Amino acid sequence: MSGGPLIAGVSLLYLGLLFAIAHWADRRAARGRSVIAHPAIYALSLAVYCTAWTFYGSVGRAAETGLGFLPIYLGPTLAAALWGVLLLKMVRVSKSQRITSIADFIASRYGKSHVLGGLVTVIAVVGVVPYIALQLKAVSSSFSILLQYPEIRMPRHADTLPVWQDTALYVALVLAAFTVLFGARHLDASERHEGMVAAIAFESIVKLAAFIAVGLFVTFGLYGGFGEVFRMAREAGYLKPLLGPALDGYRAWFSLSFLSALAVLLLPRQFQMGVVENSSEHQLRRAVWMFPLYLLLINIFVLPIALAGQLELGAGVDADTFVLTLPMAHRQESLALFAYIGGLSAATGMVIVETVALSTMVCNDLVMPGLLRRWQRVAPPVDLSVLLLRIRRGAIFGILLLGYLYFRLAGEAYALVSIGLISFAAVAQFAPAMIGGLYWRGGTREGALAGLSAGFLMWAYTLLLPSFAKSGWLPAAFVDLGPFGLSWLKPQALFGLEGWDQISHCLFWSLAANTGAFVLVSLLRVPNAAEAAQAGVFVDALKNRRSASARFWRGGAEVSELMDLAGRFLGAERARQAFYGYAGERGLAEVSDLPADAQTVHFVETLLAGAIGSASARVMVASVAQEEPLGLEEVLDILDEASQIRAYSRELEQKSRELEAASAELRAANVRLQELDRLKDDFMSSVTHELRTPLTSIRAFSEILHEDPEADLEDRKRFLGIIVSETERLSRLVNQVLDLAKIESTHAEWRLGEVDLAGVIRESVQTTEQLFRDKGAVVQLDLMEGTAVSWADRDRLMQVMLNLLSNAAKFVPADTGSVEVRLKETSAGFQVDVMDNGQGIQPDVLPAIFEKFRQGGDDYAKPVGTGLGLPICRQIIEHLGGRIWVQSTFGKGATFSFTLPPENRDARAGKSRQVHDEEDPHRRR
Amino acid sequence: MTKKILIADDEPNILISVDYLMRREGFEVIVARDGEEALSSIRSDRPDIVLLDVMMPKLDGFEVCKAVRADPALEGVRILMLTAKGRDADVAKGLSLGADAYVPKPFSTRDLVAQVKALLDSEA
Repeated sequence: MSGGPLIAGVSLLYLGLLFAIAHWADRRAARGRSVIAHPAIYALSLAVYCTAWTFYGSVGRAAETGLGFLPIYLGPTLAAALWGVLLLKMVRVSKSQRITSIADFIASRYGKSHVLGGLVTVIAVVGVVPYIALQLKAVSSSFSILLQYPEIRMPRHADTLPVWQDTALYVALVLAAFTVLFGARHLDASERHEGMVAAIAFESIVKLAAFIAVGLFVTFGLYGGFGEVFRMAREAGYLKPLLGPALDGYRAWFSLSFLSALAVLLLPRQFQMGVVENSSEHQLRRAVWMFPLYLLLINIFVLPIALAGQLELGAGVDADTFVLTLPMAHRQESLALFAYIGGLSAATGMVIVETVALSTMVCNDLVMPGLLRRWQRVAPPVDLSVLLLRIRRGAIFGILLLGYLYFRLAGEAYALVSIGLISFAAVAQFAPAMIGGLYWRGGTREGALAGLSAGFLMWAYTLLLPSFAKSGWLPAAFVDLGPFGLSWLKPQALFGLEGWDQISHCLFWSLAANTGAFVLVSLLRVPNAAEAAQAGVFVDALKNRRSASARFWRGGAEVSELMDLAGRFLGAERARQAFYGYAGERGLAEVSDLPADAQTVHFVETLLAGAIGSASARVMVASVAQEEPLGLEEVLDILDEASQIRAYSRELEQKSRELEAASAELRAANVRLQELDRLKDDFMSSVTHELRTPLTSIRAFSEILHEDPEADLEDRKRFLGIIVSETERLSRLVNQVLDLAKIESTHAEWRLGEVDLAGVIRESVQTTEQLFRDKGAVVQLDLMEGTAVSWADRDRLMQVMLNLLSNAAKFVPADTGSVEVRLKETSAGFQVDVMDNGQGIQPDVLPAIFEKFRQGGDDYAKPVGTGLGLPICRQIIEHLGGRIWVQSTFGKGATFSFTLPPENRDARAGKSRQVHDEEDPHRRR
Repeated sequence: MTKKILIADDEPNILISVDYLMRREGFEVIVARDGEEALSSIRSDRPDIVLLDVMMPKLDGFEVCKAVRADPALEGVRILMLTAKGRDADVAKGLSLGADAYVPKPFSTRDLVAQVKALLDSEA
């Protein structure tokens, strides 16, 4: 290769391209056409998780431990399933509180504590700076290796070179400059960097493409596919050790997966991309499967490359460089260059985002609190936004130089992968305070401080100090024998916990100490007002879509002062725009119309929080507003009120559902009532008609006789006979109407008892004997053998039988009439049939024969009857638990049948009581 | 000339009483016991007046009234509805269908005779 200038030129061109993409995305965003709104961009930006450590280090780790590289990706893949709940909650809280970093998040949760934010920042910087060092090392050594092309020579130890000849220094400086361009060009109130996100998404594509290109070349270009790589590796004896239990069992697999699952949420760069830069909650849904897919793709070729590297390059070449050195060994100049760019993109992506995130934290959570204290004595400068930018830029350079320093001091001491895991374990210490704070209201500021401190110290003791010892900065005896020879204090076998791998060991002790301290110290006191208020906001984030923080403020302020305050941090113009936007949201035309109420103060506080962090924003707002602090009682009241309102609204929903059901029932009841009303009207109309008809005859004949006393004796006798029979008809009708009304209204008296049906039939036939004799008809009985006993009212049953028999007598033909009465037992109980040989019932009348005032029979020879006999029969039989019906073919007689249930003592015990209770209140009284 | 009067009712006793009343007044009386019989009798016997019950088998009084009024050949036949259905709605229905008078049951014999006479006079 034509040497340094070309490689450096390509690298700078690549960075320039990145910057162009970022610039383009920023301009699009300014015009309201955001490119990063696409969910795929969000998922790709999360792939900043895959750094140079993945790009080069996975192969190195695979060469050393086989499948041991997998848990780093398995953990996040499994954890992604929980993002729909956990990450969503983090995003929602952060949007409502304008959280700008993970330090800000934890500080804000525990009452906007400066100390807590500072501690988180220190842990993050200490934990992550080695990780940045790792990226610098990756870029500088890949640069040095490529420089030797086509020779493959491992770079010289960095600390043997003078600083000014060290590529890593220049890499650090160039990256710092670019990071400033990406992340700290101007101050943004929302602390979102659309351009940076777009550039990182692009980098994710580049590194994936480069890795897959090398993988394809190795697997299919050098070998005949996966099968051949594995076969040759097996023959050469490389495969077997890799597939063996290189990680010591399930414990290491579990701890590494668990650690990675935490890191993918808690690393400052992951928090920056996943939470702060998230532009819409909908993007999460896509990321949940797309991000794991990305991890899968970038891991497919890890094993083939690791095996091929061992086969081709031998022991002299560091396995961490296989991705680059394999193409070089085969004189694939452009592929090697592409692989180098892929590694560069993986490293730069990580460095840029991590540094931006850390610089925000350093500025807001370390420097600002100091400045705020100073400004209490000395008046602050008028425009603070320039100062803020300078602090951030300084922090970016500072962090990268720290990274370089660490690289100079420790760069060769430890394999790449171990440094990554040390960082993971450091940020895992945020988990109890962070995740606990999202789900447990009882956490306090002291609890979080104690937990973080304990976890951090334990991490430093069990992981960081041993790594120093391995680098030779501490005596090896410190690790091997324990400090001062105290073996129970051995950092990697603490309190006798021997035989664990160092990561599992560290994770166990640090998280145990961390969680234990967090919970125990939190339990020492109840949360104070500020903590309780924030606990409500965080824990209930998914319940209240709108932030409720404004409710926790009381006091007075001047809008102009608030605007001045915002102007000092954001620049006057930006502040003015933000205030106008806010006034518009509240439906006001002018900023001066804004009331200085809790909502406005909350708006200013979140606006400032975006620029200087929530804790500092709280202090600044408090400095211009006359606040009345809320007591814990009041905060709890407000929280309680909120939960009461939720309960109340649930109750309301329930009530309104009940109301709907009730009104539906009422409508149905009303329809039934209207129908009953209509039936009653019809009944009344029918009764009136039936009453008026005999009355008409009676009146007419009475008047005739009255006016004409000289009338013919024959006529007089005939007319008086009619009057008598019509009067009888009238009284029969009146009696039956009353009887029916009584049965229907359930006020009838029922004298229930054991009734012998054969006896009832015989008696009723005897009673009607005369009727049949007059008509010259015969009655035959066909009664079953044995006794047929039913539980019934004997008199009522007689009434039914007499009605059916007299009907039969009415309709049978004179002289040839024949009626048969049968009693038999059926599945439904006892059945009685009354069969006559009369003319039968016309089919059109048949279905309504049991309805009131529907008389059958010959139209011309209107039968003597009221039209209520059969309806009464039906009421009686149905009341006694039976059924009544008629079968008839017109011209061939009719058969009336009814059933009655057999006497059943067990059932009756319940039934008769029920009958007495419901139907017979009189007897009870 | 003796006026001819048709009495249509399905109650035999009412037929007997009205028949007696009208004969006593000197009318010629024909009787019918359902709607169909009444209509055919109106067509064949051309009574001067019909005393028409509403609730009758086969064809009710309203239907008969409607059929008579729809037939131009039967113009001039007086119709007196005679019914036990005394609701206002029934009265209005009968009158709107072209009945000349509406007498609810039970009626005063004297009133009925007076109504019949008045209707027959108004024709002359």
